[in-house]
Amino acid sequence: MLEIRNLHARIGETEILKGVDLVIPDGQVHAVMGPNGAGKSTLAYVLAGREGYEVTAGEALFNGQDILAMDPEDRAAAGIFLAFQYPVELPGVGNANFLRTALNAIRKKRGEEELDAVAFLKLARAAAKQLAIKEDFLKRNVNVGFSGGEKKRNEMLQMALLRPGLAILDETDSGLDIDALRIVAEGVNALRDGKFSALVITHYQRLLDHIVPDVVHVLANGRIVRSGPAALARELEASGYAGLEAA
Amino acid sequence: MTALPTRKLEAWHYTDLRPLAAISFAPPPAAMAAPDLPGLPFPRLVFLNGTLNAALSARLAYARPFLAPVAAEAEQQPLAQINAAETRDGINLDIPAGAQAGEILLVSQAAGPQPFAFHLRHRIRLGAGARLTLVELAEGEGVYWHNAVFDIALAEGARLQHFRLQRESGEAFHTATLRADARAGAAYEHFTLTLGARLSRTEIEANLLGPAATAHLNSAQLLDGAQHGDFTTAIRHKAPDCPSRQTVKSVLAGHAHGVFQGRIEVDRVAQKTDGYQMSQALLLSQGAEMDIKPELQIFADDVKCSHGATLGALDAEQLFYLRARGIPEAAARQMLIRAFLEEALEPVTHDASREWFEAALERWWRRR
Repeated sequence: MLEIRNLHARIGETEILKGVDLVIPDGQVHAVMGPNGAGKSTLAYVLAGREGYEVTAGEALFNGQDILAMDPEDRAAAGIFLAFQYPVELPGVGNANFLRTALNAIRKKRGEEELDAVAFLKLARAAAKQLAIKEDFLKRNVNVGFSGGEKKRNEMLQMALLRPGLAILDETDSGLDIDALRIVAEGVNALRDGKFSALVITHYQRLLDHIVPDVVHVLANGRIVRSGPAALARELEASGYAGLEAA
Repeated sequence: MTALPTRKLEAWHYTDLRPLAAISFAPPPAAMAAPDLPGLPFPRLVFLNGTLNAALSARLAYARPFLAPVAAEAEQQPLAQINAAETRDGINLDIPAGAQAGEILLVSQAAGPQPFAFHLRHRIRLGAGARLTLVELAEGEGVYWHNAVFDIALAEGARLQHFRLQRESGEAFHTATLRADARAGAAYEHFTLTLGARLSRTEIEANLLGPAATAHLNSAQLLDGAQHGDFTTAIRHKAPDCPSRQTVKSVLAGHAHGVFQGRIEVDRVAQKTDGYQMSQALLLSQGAEMDIKPELQIFADDVKCSHGATLGALDAEQLFYLRARGIPEAAARQMLIRAFLEEALEPVTHDASREWFEAALERWWRRR
């Protein structure tokens, strides 16, 4: 369960999050929508532990643990996965090596046995197959020369292997065609097991046709200004975000 | 003894040998302890404190007795001049035409109670179409100066892969002057990994003397503390259709100082020259410093020559991406630094050698 209470965060002197309250119980998918500049990506980065953001008030607990005090790698080991809006290219780092290093680092921290190369490849190939990812993906350098869709598929492959308890999807749908969108949705839906939860950050409603959220929140001007059922997304699509900031 | 070069010489502007000049070096002592030799499964030639140790060395069909140099050295290479006057030993390999000589491991180990110097002089000749992979390790303990000279001659179509690992003692000085002549179609493929020595300079001169001769001079250096590492090259294109490639990577921590000076000379006759030179440095601290001096002298009109240099810190986005996937910060840094070095390691196509360099990098990382 993710519990965010009165979260304030700033970059330099600019306050971006101005008291976010959000609770995602186990097994639920929540969507956060909102206009550009509302603080959606900041929320994702603050939860994942990126440098450059200063939390000035409030707390964020994941399964009772205060994650804001943790290093990004410890948050990942605790089960938080951030799917990046713009996955980073890593020239010179092979995808298989990257995935195996990440998986084993997390397994080690969780007190599980590390996987050898053979066991890992078996697992990775199966996961790739399920996501309709070509096997040569594993041999390429991480995200180098990948199309936008391929990068997002790679994020989903990482998520499938790392099996997080909470996935944060930061505008994962931006720039995706319908096929890639389905892959992302399938990646998330495949993990829905009653325990796994997700925070889906999106500007548009169309991803939510494929990942049906339990709750939709509207983030505007650094606060959650409205929450409602999945139907709220459609309503927003029709009416736009105008007027919500004042709410 | 010939005087050491000073910074007044243009070629020595970025490397100050005064710390070396301040030490009085004795002749090398007899080697004491039994050395711990690297596990590479190649025939070995082992030098202890500058002298070939026959008991530890393979008997190679291609090895000839050491030849004391007779030719006087040019003043432009003062370290080679000193070597010529002081040398007592070195390898002398003569690979006949067409021979596939496989791999040879050349080891230099040094240790002694007082500062000492040794000046190895190596001569390597490959006949037409001959092939050799020479893997070299220089290491030791304490204060010493290892001043080596390599004279390499490659006949038509010969190929020498020369991979060097310099992990001398942190108090040592390492200077190496390498001169390679490549005839038509011959290839000199070089990679030096510099990890050790308080001060080091690897200076390579490659002469491409016949059409389609190639030189590949790569270097990676990882320096920390107050280490100084200098990689200086001159590639002379003296015939048409010769490609040359240089990829130089420096990883500098602490107050380390890296230097790369790369000169490409293209003669009037050397049409269709294809020269590439890239120098990249990763500065891991505020105190680290890198000097880069590319020099192109081109007298032919139909050539392709490119050079570039970059200088930067580790990419914060990349670091965060790795950490967000659960990889601890130190391991994430190591991955990115290893990735940064990848292109420099390109000439090391040989599997066992490649693994050996990987292990050396691992070890460097663990010791930090």
